Amino acid sequence: MASYPTRYSALALLRKGATRSDWPRAWRHHDLRSSYDVVIVGGGLHGLATAYYLARNHDITSVAVLEKAYIGGGGSGRNTAIVRSNYLTPEGSAFYDRSVRLYEGLTEDLNFNIMFEQRGHMTLAHSDASLRTMRWRAEVNKLGGIDSEVIDPAGVKELAPAIDVSDRPRYPILGALWHPPGGIVRHDAVVWGYARGADVAGAHIHQVTEVTGIDVADGRVTGVQTSRGAVAAPVVINCTAGWSTLIADMAGVKLPITTRPLQAAVTVPVQPFLVPVIVSGTLHVYVSQTARGELVFGASVDPFSSYSSRGSLGFTEGLAGHVLELMPGISKMRLLRQWAGLCDMTPDFGPIIGPTPVAGFYVDVGWGTYGFKAGPVAGEQVAAMVANGTVPRLIASFGLERFEQGRLTAEKGAAAVGH
Amino acid sequence: MLVIVCPHCGPRNSNEFTFLGERSTRPAVAATTPAEWRHYLYFKNNAAGEEDERWFHVSGCRRFLDVERDTLTNEIRSVRDVGEAAR
Repeated sequence: MASYPTRYSALALLRKGATRSDWPRAWRHHDLRSSYDVVIVGGGLHGLATAYYLARNHDITSVAVLEKAYIGGGGSGRNTAIVRSNYLTPEGSAFYDRSVRLYEGLTEDLNFNIMFEQRGHMTLAHSDASLRTMRWRAEVNKLGGIDSEVIDPAGVKELAPAIDVSDRPRYPILGALWHPPGGIVRHDAVVWGYARGADVAGAHIHQVTEVTGIDVADGRVTGVQTSRGAVAAPVVINCTAGWSTLIADMAGVKLPITTRPLQAAVTVPVQPFLVPVIVSGTLHVYVSQTARGELVFGASVDPFSSYSSRGSLGFTEGLAGHVLELMPGISKMRLLRQWAGLCDMTPDFGPIIGPTPVAGFYVDVGWGTYGFKAGPVAGEQVAAMVANGTVPRLIASFGLERFEQGRLTAEKGAAAVGH
Repeated sequence: MLVIVCPHCGPRNSNEFTFLGERSTRPAVAATTPAEWRHYLYFKNNAAGEEDERWFHVSGCRRFLDVERDTLTNEIRSVRDVGEAAR
């Protein structure tokens, strides 16, 4: 692994503070070359992680990451930063377990503090059907070596005293799925850490560089057209979200994806009072308290497809009502802001990773509402797939061909609203 | 929230309606292949711009509606009953 020009450390901080010298930029500007070995479309978490692992694990450094705006400005900066691995299917939970383990070592690996706080992740059950699915998930998880267990309302109260476990709410809490390794991350830091790591290893990050076309000849990708000129490349990877079907269309590849906004909101900061991440599928809400003290709320995707990332009053009203069902004590808190991100929804709530009918054109798309938690493992596995020319076992069930073959994954129960 | 002008009920909030997705053509059910059928079920155009959609006015007249909407701006161009011929 290449060494960094400036390793961040307590000593470096002291030296910079004492001399008051500027920190160098974390990643560099480059001229756009006319050819690269690999072009990655989309400078978000997935694209940058892929560039990083291509260089670090496979010595592939002639890599361009093309970003139409600024890095981390799409889904990577709009998600609610939750990480967990208590999925329903053995394939799903094994995949996300690898991601949690990568996240656990990422601060050291990237020499960049990503502030991963494993405070535990709690999914509330408000019905017998939810409890049944949670027991199922807990047992699948335990067989895969993942810490996951069903707890009762008293256990919920002990871990999160702010939650109302009484019979007062319309949907009283009957229990919860408790997942101690889950938690929250500073999502911008992950993007910046991967960008810095990829840059040091030799990849070029090109911001404000929009891909406007993909060149295909004889069923094989040959390069891309961009707002800054043409770039030849034998491998092009679509790592976009929201716009993934438009990029794939440029190569003549159809994807089973519809774009839906997902809205989120954050309150003003308050004293720490909520340790775990709390999720309620029944109430369509999840909430965590950031290190700064703000409560971050997310919901399910909007009820119709759209490329518009405007928030709506209907969302805020619904969110407030649901949150107060869970935590009536926060009724006086003020919302600071709300926003929306674009989610690529697939029919089976599984991602689409793998080759396409166009040789050399790969996709890492369809991340719905679960792309952030999968960033490290997706980058690692996509890099391995491109470098070795074969699809790794960990992502074998996520290929595009499954939709025409009728082999859909069954993750909806644990992925929809299940952040 | 969108306001959808229902041809039967007038302007109503979009939460009265169920979004059924973009309109597509169903293959002939007796002649289709499994691959073709799955393509029809799962693959969408996902247009960024003009889209022909079907909505259901579940909390109103309970009629199915054909809606033309711009997915970039959410501007609705037209709403008509599925029984009404295209203009």
